Amino acid sequence: MGYRVVVDFDLCESNARCMEAAPEVFEVRDDDFLYVLDETPPDSLRDKVDEAVRRCPKAAITVVEE
Amino acid sequence: MTGAGGTDRTIVVVGASLAGLRAAEEIRHQGFEGTVTVIGDEAHRPYDRPPLSKQVLAGAWTTERIELTVAADGGLDALGLDWRLDTSATGLDLAAREVVLRDGQRLAYDGLVLATGARPRELPGTGTLAGVHTLRTLDDSLAVRAALDAGAERVVVVGAGFIGAEVAATCRGLGRDVTILEALPVPLGRVLGDEMGAVLGDLHRDHGVDLRLDTGVAGFEGADRVERVRLADGATLDADLVVVGIGVTPNTGWLEGSGLALDDGVVCDATTLAAPGVVAAGDVARWPSRRFGALLRVEHWDNAIGMGEHAARRLLAEPPFAGSNGSTGVGPYDPVPWFWSDQYDRKIQLAGWPSGADEVVVVDGSTEERRFVALYRKGDRLVAVLAMNRPRLLVTFRGLVERGATWDEALAQASPA
Repeated sequence: MGYRVVVDFDLCESNARCMEAAPEVFEVRDDDFLYVLDETPPDSLRDKVDEAVRRCPKAAITVVEE
Repeated sequence: MTGAGGTDRTIVVVGASLAGLRAAEEIRHQGFEGTVTVIGDEAHRPYDRPPLSKQVLAGAWTTERIELTVAADGGLDALGLDWRLDTSATGLDLAAREVVLRDGQRLAYDGLVLATGARPRELPGTGTLAGVHTLRTLDDSLAVRAALDAGAERVVVVGAGFIGAEVAATCRGLGRDVTILEALPVPLGRVLGDEMGAVLGDLHRDHGVDLRLDTGVAGFEGADRVERVRLADGATLDADLVVVGIGVTPNTGWLEGSGLALDDGVVCDATTLAAPGVVAAGDVARWPSRRFGALLRVEHWDNAIGMGEHAARRLLAEPPFAGSNGSTGVGPYDPVPWFWSDQYDRKIQLAGWPSGADEVVVVDGSTEERRFVALYRKGDRLVAVLAMNRPRLLVTFRGLVERGATWDEALAQASPA
């Protein structure tokens, strides 16, 4: 059982706190937009992804269990 | 005998907003299985405050939308917290390890988190008059919203700080006439310096706000509700609605005489410990930052999270918890403060601590186009970065502040050879 990272891009404002919490998964590029590098990260990154969820000022990131 | 998670122990969290909630969440995340009691003076469960001056005020978001949740499966309820809402702590007995509630009840604790936040300052000597508001809580926001819905056309914002600025921007977005009255010659000059403060002031003028600097307020006039603002020079200004945003005061009144060090907040050590078994976090907490060589009290959303989590871990490294869950050796809390403010179509972000900076230099874009990055130098160090609509570069320079980069390194990063 894994999990999927879902970003609501209507909410995302590229604050990039997620990139600091989990750079393996989130990247804000020079165009100032967020890119999700891995939508189904390994369990070893789950704590970092959860931290990214908490640190997003727009609550734009959710984790879906699957 | 204490179980692995200390099931017979009690942690009391005073304050049910962001810092208190994230502390409670981290306490559970660290495996503490005892009672966690959360005391909140508002009737609401924890909610997110930044939208109160923006989306909630504009009527774009419902109040349900700002309820705070947790990442864990099952959400907030899965944390098994003992909620005591619509009550407040009125005293603390450190020796007995008891918190006194408004109704006289005494709650014994093994560990205590102080996260009582701050409350808006009020203009001295102006009394109370309907139509004059401060904005801190959900109820405050809904009250201002109701006044706008009732047709308030002339909005006067007292104070050009970030709350006032966001209220002004939201009201302009709703097509209302907005005047900002600022007592100082430059908006946010003490935070951002005169040059950048002036840029933020000009942003309001771009959008049709009547920004009046060096303008003190003497009082409010009106029969049943506010009709005019009386200025310090004797002139008056017609107003249907006034929002006062002149800063906040940490909520430490209930701790007077407790023996805790109080000085513009609860003064903690570098690890967030305020007394044996007592930690503090969020707007109410003040701690010595080695990074910036100063006592900091940071009123930012992001600090409430980071400090709440750190304080929780620090508390669990204290007796009687230490050793029962492996939480030992929690070091200093020394983050790079960061916040954002959304005004009109601009995102303003500040990372670091620009207070007392020697120089500020725009290294990308320009203030005229309202899209830029500015760096702050103190001595030979980069101490802060301010960005308007440049989130990616903000991250780059925030990283440099984080690792204590020199000014020369920062400039080299800004214009690579």
